[in-house]
Amino acid sequence: MNRTYLQLDHLGITFPTPKGPFCALQDVNLRIDKGEFIAIIGHSGCGKSTVLNIVAGLLRATVGGAILENREVTEPGPERAVVFQNHSLLPWLTVYDNVRIAVDKVFGARKTKQERDAWTCHNLELVHMEHALDKRPNEISGGMKQRVGIARALAMEPKVLLMDEPFGALDALTRAHLQDSLMEIHGKLGNTVLMITHDVDEAVLLSDRIVMMTTGPAATIGEVLDVGLERPRDRLSLAADADYNHYRAEVLRFLHARQRNPRAA
Amino acid sequence: MTTHVLSPDVLNDGRTDSARSQNPAGQGLAAQAAPAAREGVPAVAEPQDGARKRRSAPQGDPPAGNAASPNWAEAIIRATLPPLLTFGVVLGIWAFISAAIVPDIPGPGATFEHAKEVLADPFYQAGPNDMGIGWQVLFSLSRVLSGFALAALVGIPLGLLIGMSQPVRRALGPLIQILRPVSPLAWLPIGLLLFKAVNPSAVFVIFITSIWPIILNTAAGVQAIPQDYLNVAKVLQLGRWDVTRKILLPATRPHIMTGMRLSLGIGWMVIVAAEMLTGGIGIGFYVWDEWNNLNVASIIVAIGIIGLVGILLETVMDRIQRRFDYTRGGH
Ligand SMILES: Nc1ncnc2c1ncn2[C@@H]1O[C@H](COP(=O)(O)OP(=O)(O)OP(=O)(O)O)[C@@H](O)[C@H]1O
Ligand SMILES: [Mg+2]
Repeated sequence: MNRTYLQLDHLGITFPTPKGPFCALQDVNLRIDKGEFIAIIGHSGCGKSTVLNIVAGLLRATVGGAILENREVTEPGPERAVVFQNHSLLPWLTVYDNVRIAVDKVFGARKTKQERDAWTCHNLELVHMEHALDKRPNEISGGMKQRVGIARALAMEPKVLLMDEPFGALDALTRAHLQDSLMEIHGKLGNTVLMITHDVDEAVLLSDRIVMMTTGPAATIGEVLDVGLERPRDRLSLAADADYNHYRAEVLRFLHARQRNPRAA
Repeated sequence: MTTHVLSPDVLNDGRTDSARSQNPAGQGLAAQAAPAAREGVPAVAEPQDGARKRRSAPQGDPPAGNAASPNWAEAIIRATLPPLLTFGVVLGIWAFISAAIVPDIPGPGATFEHAKEVLADPFYQAGPNDMGIGWQVLFSLSRVLSGFALAALVGIPLGLLIGMSQPVRRALGPLIQILRPVSPLAWLPIGLLLFKAVNPSAVFVIFITSIWPIILNTAAGVQAIPQDYLNVAKVLQLGRWDVTRKILLPATRPHIMTGMRLSLGIGWMVIVAAEMLTGGIGIGFYVWDEWNNLNVASIIVAIGIIGLVGILLETVMDRIQRRFDYTRGGH
């Protein structure tokens, strides 16, 4: 067995609310290996973002916590880069500068100016945004913004890449395109990825394991599904693949049969 | 029918006009009305693009065909008639008052003659207390700009601090609420006591005038920053100084500019009153002095000039503000 790279250890969080304490997560346990691609899926409001934010260090767990390379996560840091759901580009900076600000911060001491410039451009090329370096966020499409957000995160050379529904707001075609880019990048760089998604196909296509969360309050991990599909994966040939459809059905069964969304009912 | 080649100016005019109407900072009647009057935009301008182009195109393209000339004339009339009408009515009332009610107020004709005299040599210097109206305006402007710059220097950091920190907000909130509604002129005696001189006291009054809108808008801007931007800063582990420089300041820049624009406008109004009290060289004291000499025509000319300078300040701030507004695309 590989040694554990990132561990969620009896993680729980309780929010104070006007109506009294609200226990959102309870006893979440997960061991993640280096280079693994984990998808987290679950009904809306079950606590997926909360888990991600705790790993990012933007929230503190009330009980237990996240441990990266044997060290407890206590604060945010660039080794755990986040791709936010709504891209979070800084609107006053150009596409280039939005990535460069991260590159300067992370590599300011280690790389020369030219190297940082080249590294910025390189990461924008990875997501195919090299044509829009001087555009501002409000001049590019939603899919492009999301790609720049990914480039910014990748450029930090993070140990763990945290993505909160990165393609949630995109149309199907753009989403498929970005999923392919992400698979390609993950194949090339071997990042450890924790990605939240609502999309069953996306989870099966991209991940090594799918973490399925129960519905809150006191949500936790219900099931973990190993996705044994070989890489590189191709969405078209997988569509007719028996294994693929089996995994898909497993996730759907979990979401619909075992964990009814109380709010949707 | 006829297609016109639109000159870039015409296009430009249309764009700036629509941009301004979306401008959330253009508060107040003066802010809206002044630019429209400045550019001679038709007061009845419809937002519909086609109609706009058709009406305004000939202005930039006089050698248009005959078929277009009714439109052409119509456009000019629509653009100039309403303001001319207003102007005429005001002149009429003025002439009537001067002729029939208060003969001490000179009529439009006499005032115009006087204006030509005053403006013929606005920068004469006949001694320390006898200078042209150009100098009066410049002295007032320099006081306003000094007070305004000091207010920005103090107000922006203070506003950032108030926006960022709840303890600071709690500590300074009540003080600001008590002082803000006070007429800045009430501070003049305090200024005179503090500085024992007239000029710094006037600057001090403008400082007090300008600082509230700057503080309040800056603080509001900080609090309006989306949590996402701050999360980005946290993930990057930016230090306090970097967060201020790279996130807070640029994110609040549009708010800061709004505050500065408002305070400069008010500062220009207040300086006239302040100088009436302090004396010395300045457009405010000029008005008061001419009143003591019963030279009412000079006062009316001064009112016109004060208004024009106000529009000028407004225009400059508007330009700067739009440069800094990142939500409106690149520059
Ligand atoms: N700061 C907070 N204070 C109180 N309750 C909170 C807070 N943050 C989250 N919650 C609650 O915790 C639960 C989990 O929220 P979270 O945002 O993690 O859900 P999610 O799974 O990401 O949902 P979605 O799929 O809709 O994004 C929700 O019930 C939410 O109301
Ligand atoms: Mg969420």
